[in-house]
Amino acid sequence: MSEYSEHDRSGGSKVMVEKKFFTFGEPPNQLLLESGARLGPITVAYETLGSLNDSGTNAILVTHALSGDSHVAGCYEEGDHKPGWWDTMVGPCKAIDTDRYFVICSNILGGCKGTTGPSSINPETARPYGLTFPVVTIGDMVKVQKALLDHLQIRSLLSVIGGSVGGMQVLEWAISYPGMVKSAIALATTTRHSALAIAFNEIGRQAIMSDPNFNKGDYYQGPGPVLGLALARMVGHVTYLSDDAMRSKFGRRLQDRETLAFDFEANFQVESYLRYQGSKFTQRFDANSFLYLTKAADYYDVKRQHGNDSEVEAFAKVKARMLVISFTSDWLYPTYQSRNMVKAMKKNGLDVSFCEIEAQCGHDAFLLPNKRQHSLISTFIERLYEEGNSNAL
Amino acid sequence: MRYDLQIIASWIEPGSKVLDLGCGEGDLLSSLKKEKQIIGTGIESSEEKVAICIERGVQVLQGDITEEVVDYPDNAFDYVILSQTLQQVYGPHKLIKELLRVGRQIIVSFPNFSHWSIRLQILFSGYAPKNRQLPYEWYDTPNIRVITIQDFRRFVKNTGCRLIREVAINTHSHDLQGSIITFLPNLRATFGVFLVSRRNNGNKGQP
Repeated sequence: MSEYSEHDRSGGSKVMVEKKFFTFGEPPNQLLLESGARLGPITVAYETLGSLNDSGTNAILVTHALSGDSHVAGCYEEGDHKPGWWDTMVGPCKAIDTDRYFVICSNILGGCKGTTGPSSINPETARPYGLTFPVVTIGDMVKVQKALLDHLQIRSLLSVIGGSVGGMQVLEWAISYPGMVKSAIALATTTRHSALAIAFNEIGRQAIMSDPNFNKGDYYQGPGPVLGLALARMVGHVTYLSDDAMRSKFGRRLQDRETLAFDFEANFQVESYLRYQGSKFTQRFDANSFLYLTKAADYYDVKRQHGNDSEVEAFAKVKARMLVISFTSDWLYPTYQSRNMVKAMKKNGLDVSFCEIEAQCGHDAFLLPNKRQHSLISTFIERLYEEGNSNAL
Repeated sequence: MRYDLQIIASWIEPGSKVLDLGCGEGDLLSSLKKEKQIIGTGIESSEEKVAICIERGVQVLQGDITEEVVDYPDNAFDYVILSQTLQQVYGPHKLIKELLRVGRQIIVSFPNFSHWSIRLQILFSGYAPKNRQLPYEWYDTPNIRVITIQDFRRFVKNTGCRLIREVAINTHSHDLQGSIITFLPNLRATFGVFLVSRRNNGNKGQP
């Protein structure tokens, strides 16, 4: 996802946040992963906004997508021009209003923004894990988030909200912790990757692994597979856009020139844009994390993991009020995939609402300012929050 | 709330499960939730209207009614409501059969095409009728079916369903006011509202 590519210029937000860390799973109490491997200690990087009310009924967990991090909103310091990746959505008086709700966002397991991942130091060897890091799953990421919430003494979640790979975590939360999740908002997501989605991820992984500087993932002493990672990002970025969006954003316009150059430099704006996005990404993301996180997304399969190959059975235990949102131009996780999960929820008699938002910008639509998405999310949570309060009286 | 919806609401037992097909902005469901504590869900094709439903706290799915209804298990609802939509449905017989599968009872309302004013219009003008209930030209109308109160009664009888309640009303399509017509309804009522169930509830989906 393009968490930071569109928001860099959106100006400073007044809310100050701080990245915090929590460590658990020290040997011999390592976390048992879905693969059967054990991992520990695990450090989780997280940020919070707002404050938890006395009754503990206003906590909202925001789950980030592939290239996001714990920095969901606000700024780290005065004059910081780069607010969090969902600053348009989360903050005081915003759709997820931090004057009312306590918002938590943590970096996912396997990531590279403070939570334990392949670039972290393996305490046993005192060197980065690299490819010795165990393969992790969406379920494992959610287990780590649960450990964090336990540590923060959060026993109930008013809502879990996330898009794309974050949406998978939302579904996982609703399925795995039905007693804890009051509502779940799954944006632009799927219960399992299509062959198309796996294919693009595999192209990205191959680009990284075939980079001469990859060195079987043990590249932390050298330059690392920056070309491969940039290429992986270019491919990924295309899948987050749409034909429409690209036509209106670039068309066939040329970059800083009037005529074709008859060479292999970036003649077209779209070429130049992708090169820029690719190279910028290498400054903020670890190639091994890209491998692990895309693999986790590819492995995710609600049917297989929770339903004995039945999507209906997978959602049988869910109690949360569900809101599923898709976007018309998202061809990575198209609307039919959202409809399929809604179908399984209906068959279970769940309280589910579904809306397909007309949007031109493809899969990334959920990250961009969108009036409809704002109003759907804010009113959906608000209703639930007010109902909860009136029931408590 | 629209007059036909007021009639429909008055038929719903408190605390029941209700599916409203083509629920619009959720007027009926939100009123039933408040007044009768029902558990309701709506299906609506317009994104705009779906958003309004969610803002009002009405559970809603954006989609096509004929496609959405098939996902529900048998007897998932106490009532399935199809108000002022039957005349726009491509396969009414199939749809009603499906509604009777997912709901114990169905409530159907539609504009009565045999109202005297419509009959007179055809008789004297020779043009396809156009009035406040049916305000479209033949070439731009969403109403692809011509149904009369008498037609629907016969349909219920021939398909072996049970007609539980029937009310003919005189109202306009978006009016809040109206009156119940008991004398010559097929001639004098602008809308018919019907409550129908399967003949016996063991005989699932066999109208």
